[in-house]
Amino acid sequence: MKDVLEQYPISEKCPEQAVSASGKTINDLTLSEVLSGRIDAEDIRISADVLQLQARIARAAGREGLARNLERAAELVAVPQDIVLETYEMLRPGRLENPEPLRARAEMLRRDYGAHTIAAFIEEAVAVYQSRKLFRRRY
Amino acid sequence: MTTPPRWRRFDEWDTRALRHDQFAAQNSEAGFSTFQSPWDPAPSARLENGRIVEIDGKPEAEFDIIDSFIATHFLDPDIVEEAMAMDSTEVARLLVDINVPRERLERLACGMTPAKLVSVVSVMSALEITFAYAKMRQRRTPGNQAHVTNAKDDPLQLAADAATAVALGFDEIETTMRVASNSWANAMACAVGAAVGRGGVLFQCSIEEAEELQIGMAGFTSYAETVSVYGTEAAFVDGDDTPWSKAFLTAAYASRGIKTRCTSGASAELLMGFHERKSVLYLEARCLCLQSAMGVQGTQNGGIDGAPLTASMASGMRELMAENLIAVWLGLECASGNDTRVSESEIRVGAKITPYLLAGSDLLCSGFGSIKKYDNSFNPSLFNGEEIEDYLALQRDFEVDGGLTPLDEEETGRLRMRAIEAVAAVFDELGLAEVKPEWMSSVAAASGSLETETFSPGEVTRISNKIRDRRLTALDVVRALARRGFEQEAENLMLMLRQRISGDYLQTSAILRDGKVISAINDPNHYSGPATGYNMTPERWEKVQNVRDLQTIEKVMEHEAPVDPTAKAWLVPVGTAGKGKDAHEVVVGLSPAFGVELTRTTAGHDLIDVVLALTEGIRDGGGVPRLVRIRHTADTSFLGLTAARLSGSGYGIGIQAKGTAVIHKADRLPHLNVELFSNSPVTTLDHYRAMGRNAALYTHGESPEPVLVPVDGRSLAARYHVRVSMLYAIETSLVEADASPVEVVMELGQGAMR
Repeated sequence: MKDVLEQYPISEKCPEQAVSASGKTINDLTLSEVLSGRIDAEDIRISADVLQLQARIARAAGREGLARNLERAAELVAVPQDIVLETYEMLRPGRLENPEPLRARAEMLRRDYGAHTIAAFIEEAVAVYQSRKLFRRRY
Repeated sequence: MTTPPRWRRFDEWDTRALRHDQFAAQNSEAGFSTFQSPWDPAPSARLENGRIVEIDGKPEAEFDIIDSFIATHFLDPDIVEEAMAMDSTEVARLLVDINVPRERLERLACGMTPAKLVSVVSVMSALEITFAYAKMRQRRTPGNQAHVTNAKDDPLQLAADAATAVALGFDEIETTMRVASNSWANAMACAVGAAVGRGGVLFQCSIEEAEELQIGMAGFTSYAETVSVYGTEAAFVDGDDTPWSKAFLTAAYASRGIKTRCTSGASAELLMGFHERKSVLYLEARCLCLQSAMGVQGTQNGGIDGAPLTASMASGMRELMAENLIAVWLGLECASGNDTRVSESEIRVGAKITPYLLAGSDLLCSGFGSIKKYDNSFNPSLFNGEEIEDYLALQRDFEVDGGLTPLDEEETGRLRMRAIEAVAAVFDELGLAEVKPEWMSSVAAASGSLETETFSPGEVTRISNKIRDRRLTALDVVRALARRGFEQEAENLMLMLRQRISGDYLQTSAILRDGKVISAINDPNHYSGPATGYNMTPERWEKVQNVRDLQTIEKVMEHEAPVDPTAKAWLVPVGTAGKGKDAHEVVVGLSPAFGVELTRTTAGHDLIDVVLALTEGIRDGGGVPRLVRIRHTADTSFLGLTAARLSGSGYGIGIQAKGTAVIHKADRLPHLNVELFSNSPVTTLDHYRAMGRNAALYTHGESPEPVLVPVDGRSLAARYHVRVSMLYAIETSLVEADASPVEVVMELGQGAMR
């Protein structure tokens, strides 16, 4: 487990592992590549693999909570921006009058994106919101 | 018995800036308590089948959203029993023990409820809390964060001020807007400004949560900080979130490579009206356990918006440090407050920052107002643009690294203009706006937005909307910069974007130094006593010491050198000085360098004018002046006594080149002078004239009113002693112990004068 700590910072120790969501490595992201248009916004997105690696590094450094957060993040990499933003909104109090849309969202994320821990996390929220009566509109 | 009058000092105190501060009496019912309230629960935790079923006296059925999250995700069932059973004072002693490693304490914290954590820090004094903070903070190298905002949301000024903040050494900069719709313009302008100079500065745009995430996704920002959490359910819901929504948001940011820290702080719940009569520290401890549970890498805490309210309470500043301690004890990066003006008293402000300077912090201020108070859209910070040099002085005073570096004037001017040109070029290249040339120099020179000629507010909003609607990203800015000749800036911006895909700065307490990520992982704080932990390198200390207008001997002498070194001497020796015979003679004993190497008093009076005033005064009082150069001493008392003993009347005046003077009498002990003029910076020519007159009157047996040079309370020592001691060394270097006094006459091109 301690070996993985030797890989940090990966941008210095093993830059070939620092691969974006579109498969570009950190050393591919040069100014000339950007100018030529061979690099665009998609290429500066972090990948799930890198987040998993950083999660392992965090765990090896004794930071379990941060590791779990990064693992949740890894599940969200593939989820499109608008779905991420919408899910966040749905989790905020006073947006939904009943839990069904959130349950459906959890199931969709699990089914379509393999986001199992995120789905479980949302379902956990649903249970607490119900018991605390947070399913009511605020505006 | 008449009523004694009110002491006027109280009236004077009423006029001080301190009187604007409000001091709140303890009142737990109203939410005004720092460390304890009767409604704070006693620490407790119960497990059933490895599950937490009670926290701090509250059973599971009554858990609110914060309790539930803490029970599920924070408390470690394997450690709870051991940690909760420990004596709180014993744990406090471990926190300040340099031989107890942080890992042991961090592990214990995972089994402690909020009330338990509070019970530990509550027994610690302010000194102990500070010391424990030095030991427990996460990253070894201290850092600092700046606010970069302005009243007009002017992108040109934002860029210039961002570049200035980078030059000052800030590791992070944070912006926010007067008008929310300007967020995209602010983001682009600060991103450009932060790329000027050394680069590697993390940047945040503080706006509504969902919008902030979108701006982050566009690549403009590298971190988000205002992911707020609250200590009561009612405040949390009123704040428009829950622990789950915030944890999801935190994961969302990380999924886009953006560093996140949450924000919490004492008195937030009080300000929002939902404090449940609990102490501010207890509520904050709940927030911190929550943040650890959420898995966020760090926190911005220490009151924050609630800091002034907390500072109004007794032990308030101690509480703010205590909550920062709990944060780092829980393994969190800490941007440790010091970002709100808690007081109108400069003394209280300086006092508040000092423990943090001594202990160090991941980010000492969250943030420091790098702009002027009126330009701070967050409201004035603890330290602001006006007070930057005071902060730099404190670093130097205590030999500590507060994260900042003194500015070079020329370099600052160059960087500001470069930033303005860069953002103007980007706006032009991307078809966003045209910048008038006169605006550029106006903003470059301006200390604040009141002085600038620039975009109108409406124009800024139009720019912002264009950026948003056209979905421009940081890559568009990189291209625009490179195409317009700002390659270095383009590279600096690329550095941040590259780091985004490595995720290295998602780890605890990560910042960039020299283009490389340092964090709690590869730069851990293992402070364990003298010669351990962070210490400035000699190069760094050299920079910190080098504040503006440093007084060196060369600079002082430059200021003092005679205007014309080839001019004729005006004090001409005419032979060894003998004892005088005139009963009304007043001998003026001049120090070794008087009028030769040194030509002005500390007050700036030309020594020719001083001698003229003395001799005029002597004649005016019915005396006869004689000038003598004394070479065997530079001490005022001995100058005066020597002069007096040469004098026919027994009265003499001794005077140093810096202007310190004394009237003396021949039969007196050396330091028992007749009149002393020790404050040369405030001694005027009129005083010298009066001095001469009094000396002459003494020779006539009169008792004139002594000349009193008023002291007005300025610290003359602070203002003058550096220069004075350097100049006085010139006098003392000329002292020849065996040299006899020499009579001199004034020659000002009009023949000899006595």
